[in-house]
Amino acid sequence: MRLLFEPGFFSSAPVQTAFVIGGVTAIVSAVVGVFTVVRGQSFAGHALTDVATTGGSGSFLLGISPLVGFIGAGVLGAGAMELAGVQRRRGRDLATGIVLGAATGLAALFLYLDTTRSATTGVTQQILFGSIFTVDPGTIPVVVVLSVVTLALIGWMYRPLLLSSLSAELASARGVGVRRVSLLFMLTLAISVGLSSVAIGSVLSTALLIGPAATALRLTKNLRKAFVYACVLGVVATWLGILLAYDSYYWDPSSQGLPVSFFIVTIVFLCYLVSGLTIVRRFATRRVIARAARVVEVA
Amino acid sequence: MFSGFMVNAWLVATIVAFVAGVVGFFVVLRGSAFQAHAIPNGAFAGAAGANLIGVNPLIGLGVFSLAAALGIGRLSRRGRSDVVTALALMMMLALGAAFISQSTQYEPQIFSLLFGEILGVSSSQLAPVAVLGAVCVLAVLVLYRRLLMTSIAPEIAAARGLRPERVEMAFLVVIACSTTMTVPVVGALLIFSLMIGPPAAARSFSSRPDVALLGSVGIALVTVWAALASSYVTNWPVGFYVGVFSAVWFAVGRAYAHLRRVRGVKRD
Repeated sequence: MRLLFEPGFFSSAPVQTAFVIGGVTAIVSAVVGVFTVVRGQSFAGHALTDVATTGGSGSFLLGISPLVGFIGAGVLGAGAMELAGVQRRRGRDLATGIVLGAATGLAALFLYLDTTRSATTGVTQQILFGSIFTVDPGTIPVVVVLSVVTLALIGWMYRPLLLSSLSAELASARGVGVRRVSLLFMLTLAISVGLSSVAIGSVLSTALLIGPAATALRLTKNLRKAFVYACVLGVVATWLGILLAYDSYYWDPSSQGLPVSFFIVTIVFLCYLVSGLTIVRRFATRRVIARAARVVEVA
Repeated sequence: MFSGFMVNAWLVATIVAFVAGVVGFFVVLRGSAFQAHAIPNGAFAGAAGANLIGVNPLIGLGVFSLAAALGIGRLSRRGRSDVVTALALMMMLALGAAFISQSTQYEPQIFSLLFGEILGVSSSQLAPVAVLGAVCVLAVLVLYRRLLMTSIAPEIAAARGLRPERVEMAFLVVIACSTTMTVPVVGALLIFSLMIGPPAAARSFSSRPDVALLGSVGIALVTVWAALASSYVTNWPVGFYVGVFSAVWFAVGRAYAHLRRVRGVKRD
């Protein structure tokens, strides 16, 4: 035990906060992420994280909570992308890229003003890469409520969303408002990205969104199982990342330890690579993981 | 505005805009916006790493952008391209975060890597930028027909025996090359905006590839010059102006295309 968990790991308050926030945001990201990957909107999801960066740096300027900035900018960005034509498959990347470029430009301005006007140091780094250990425990209720709202939204529009993700033509033939569903989904995407920006920093929140979902979708063709796999993977990667980052402070007394987000992303990336190996895929679609998933589903 | 250190800035900005206009035309045509965003952004981590171990940032940038291009090209054959691009970018940025956490350098340096420092370009930086820029433009000219064919008429390209994944890989390497030359002077953001906005606008103005390519270069040049002048006057970051001006160009192009469509319908 001592080898795995450095002293004070379980009794430390920042670690407890990190576990709760990390776990909750990982689940939301994984669920929203499965739809993001199925809809082929990874770029939009990533662009929203950069738009959230703009909001985060703007919130420092205005002196409001970063969470408000992250989510507010994300929602505005989602609206702008929708306006610029993100709903059409052709030219979608372009519309996303334009909004992304403009938003990053604004972020450059805000960060510049942040660093020149105020004496606070480390703002750039904190907004971009975040630190889950410095999250204020008071934000837990907000994060949990927003997560529940996001999941409820997804649950509420599950069938129309799924149908329009798989075939827009079929969905509109069935009377689904494809445009409205797409806009609503962009909104949930913006909220979930804002949440994970608080946890692991806006730059790396794409990893939690896309990584577990893409890995899960490689392991199973069954969508319901994919949700379960993605959630489990996301939560495990996040918690393991927190543990390793905490431990890394003890690895080398002279160094400062490595950031949580580094470990989370590395775990997520390795999982994606491994899931691409033919052996793993064949193995997964057969027995062991399928059985494990059944156990998780029952539990 | 045109004296002393600003001369270097104008020169570098002109070279960068020219290369971005040429390479960006194909980025837009091929729908590689995400890749064009991921490679420069991820390469920033390479510069951070190079700073940490004390080698020239240009080497770090080169290694990381090339690794990104090859990695994305290779992994895209087996997985979905957008997913692979997102995850490769995340992995590089995570490494960047780790490098930064270990280094003791202060914030403005990180900031300038991300958002550029075009106003502080030294004369010694001019030569590498010019050489790499020339290589990029030359590579695009050599690949011109192949790039055009595989993007516009993939069936004909396949019938002619062109291998699309090879062309894609070569193009990713060109993006990596243009990234290496531009990130240290203009930042990861500026180059991406320039590769998207001006070419997209140019394509709305003309459907002929050669005219659109020239238009793309022209608009990129105007954008950069205007941004540089605005930045000089207001003292705000160049990247801000480039991002906003590029978006404005895109909107103008869209409006023009829309107007033309509406008029065309009326005439019928």
